[in-house]
Amino acid sequence: MTPAQLEVQIVAVVVAAACAIPGAFLMLRRMSMMSDAISHPVLLGIVLAFFVVADLRSPLLIGGAAVVGLATVVLVEMVNRTGLVREDTAIGLVFPALFSIAVILISAAAGDVHLDSDAVLLGELAFAPFNRFAPFGVDLGPVALWVMGGILLINVIVGGVFYKELKLATFDAGLATALGFSPALIHYGLMGMVSVTAVGAFDAVGSILVVALMIGPPAAAHLLTDRLPRMLGLSVVIGAACAIGGYWLARALDANIAGAMATVVGVAFAAALLLAPERGLLVTGRRRRRQRWAFARQMLLIHLATHEGTPAAAAESRIDHMQRHMRWQPEFAQRVVQSAAERGLVTHDADRLYLTESGRNAARLASVA
Amino acid sequence: MDVLGDLLFDYTLRTVALGSAVLGIVSGAVGAFAVLRRQALLGDAMSHAALPGVALAFLITGSRTPLVLMIGAALAGWVAALAILGIIRASRVKADAAMALILSVFFGAGLVVLTFIQRQPAAGKAGLDRYLFGQAAALLEVDVITMAAVGAIAVLALLVLWKEFKLLSFNPDFAASLGFPVRRLDVLLTSLLVIAIVVGLKTVGVVLMSAMVVAPGAAARQWTDRLGVMVILSAALGAFAGVAGSVISTTAHTATGPTIVLVATGIVAVSLLFAPRRGLAWARLRAWRRRRLLALETVLADLAALSAQHAREPDRAHHVAALYAVRGRSIVDRALAALAAQGLARRGAGDTWTLTERGHDRASRAARLREADEGAP
Repeated sequence: MTPAQLEVQIVAVVVAAACAIPGAFLMLRRMSMMSDAISHPVLLGIVLAFFVVADLRSPLLIGGAAVVGLATVVLVEMVNRTGLVREDTAIGLVFPALFSIAVILISAAAGDVHLDSDAVLLGELAFAPFNRFAPFGVDLGPVALWVMGGILLINVIVGGVFYKELKLATFDAGLATALGFSPALIHYGLMGMVSVTAVGAFDAVGSILVVALMIGPPAAAHLLTDRLPRMLGLSVVIGAACAIGGYWLARALDANIAGAMATVVGVAFAAALLLAPERGLLVTGRRRRRQRWAFARQMLLIHLATHEGTPAAAAESRIDHMQRHMRWQPEFAQRVVQSAAERGLVTHDADRLYLTESGRNAARLASVA
Repeated sequence: MDVLGDLLFDYTLRTVALGSAVLGIVSGAVGAFAVLRRQALLGDAMSHAALPGVALAFLITGSRTPLVLMIGAALAGWVAALAILGIIRASRVKADAAMALILSVFFGAGLVVLTFIQRQPAAGKAGLDRYLFGQAAALLEVDVITMAAVGAIAVLALLVLWKEFKLLSFNPDFAASLGFPVRRLDVLLTSLLVIAIVVGLKTVGVVLMSAMVVAPGAAARQWTDRLGVMVILSAALGAFAGVAGSVISTTAHTATGPTIVLVATGIVAVSLLFAPRRGLAWARLRAWRRRRLLALETVLADLAALSAQHAREPDRAHHVAALYAVRGRSIVDRALAALAAQGLARRGAGDTWTLTERGHDRASRAARLREADEGAP
């Protein structure tokens, strides 16, 4: 691994970690699509700020773009508050319009701005090592690393200091308001965090893939745990793993790094969805199947116990009677009987079933409970 | 006039305008339902998700035939919609997160395939990146014909199942209770949305196509409360935005997708402001009129009360300072001017005011109405 490759991966990991923190709260507050709505207009902020300061490396660009991100939130709320359109429509109207203005401005100023609309979507992570941060001639690593490292630090500090407030406002907005935490302040604070992160990550991964890094890892972590601190930690870890995995996938296919990272995020989420220890589809599927058999066995035992010792017992205990009585397929009935026999709950001769002692007890337990 | 002449005789511009009109009609008509069914963001997710479909279709078939790419895009959009629904149904992940996730993951996968194709030595790869932001100038006759044919299927399906879709959009529970196959209709209408998105992809691009599904419907909704009118209007506005946007972009050399979207957004802004009854400007105007009328009535009542204190000389003039004592200066001034203009009050010497005959009539009528109001249970 060359130093440049290592640097790209470090930047990618830092971006992923910085995105996961505000993303987790966005997802829990059911506002995931705001990450999409904020990350597009950020481009407009960068372009406008560039027209003012005429320097693509100016830190003012981040400030300007973050302001536009917040303005988008305000604009969506303004349109929403007219009551003339619904919220999803308001989001769907506002951010494409702002994004369109940005794309047109860029193409109009194509000669002057070193920004093209493809880079906006693709990100330029591979070029991160070429842009060095070298104050007084001392090379301190890529600029992107310092920018994203700073944003990560801000997110960790803000998330840490206002952890209690964010948590309460996320899970019980009513109580938070009653206790005097301003919902508007928390809302805009979080949106500000999302904006700043989106601007910083924008350079590296482009505006749409920011969404993958913000929402994907927290969504996967959400399937793995019920505790917020653990979820935040897992989100960061999953995000970082996807960043590194994405880098090597991109190398293998000679394809875009940001796109590959998003793809790996998708794979990670699918894996969590299938394999999560408690609510993964495989585990729940197996649990459901097991419950189905257990329930069928109980039905069989209860049925046998009900008729045991009555004149109808002989007729009611025939195996083929179960098929009709319980509306079971012959094969299914056979397997239920077999699994009950294996557990020593019933014995049977050619076509009649008998409860064993433990079967009788199990039937009594099942019908009482 | 030049533009009009070009529209008729210039091959490129005519193709572009026709294609954009088709795109606008289809996305307008189908999008009207999406707006009513709160599927604006689902549309956004599906249009982004169409990218890997386009890229994979090209990678597998090696063909750039519009129909092949459209089918690829539609399949990808459809799979994305199913994946979103599946995630919502099978896990605790909510709709918003499922949409954001699928949108970005599909788009990312699309970029991977796209960059993979671009780095292949084979020729014929050009033009696929146009699917990001759209390029109306690249539309060929075969594109327009394909768009029109595919779009016609969608619009036809909309007409044939009009009653069912109407019921589904406004009251799905009632539709289910009547025995309509609601789930299947839901999937079908969402599939029509996918088709509408796919029709516009080459012109507007995957990134902004969602706006073309939302904007015409949102605008049309402001002008009418009838579904039929809304869908027709939405199609017309969509067509207008498409043609105007692509003509502007072709002559001004701006990216087509953004230009069309801005025209459509402009139409929405005008509709939100000026649509009769619902428009914000009219609401403002109504509020302003009400406030003015209220000020007028109040000052009229004040004057009447003053003159009632001097019952023996009803025509006695009262100095404006007496009115200032009870109301704000600006309210009094404006109301007095209006009263004078309507012949309800008369200005005397030295800034004094008297009610006219009609002014007295109106004031006592208003007073009786107020009493009746207060007396009512």
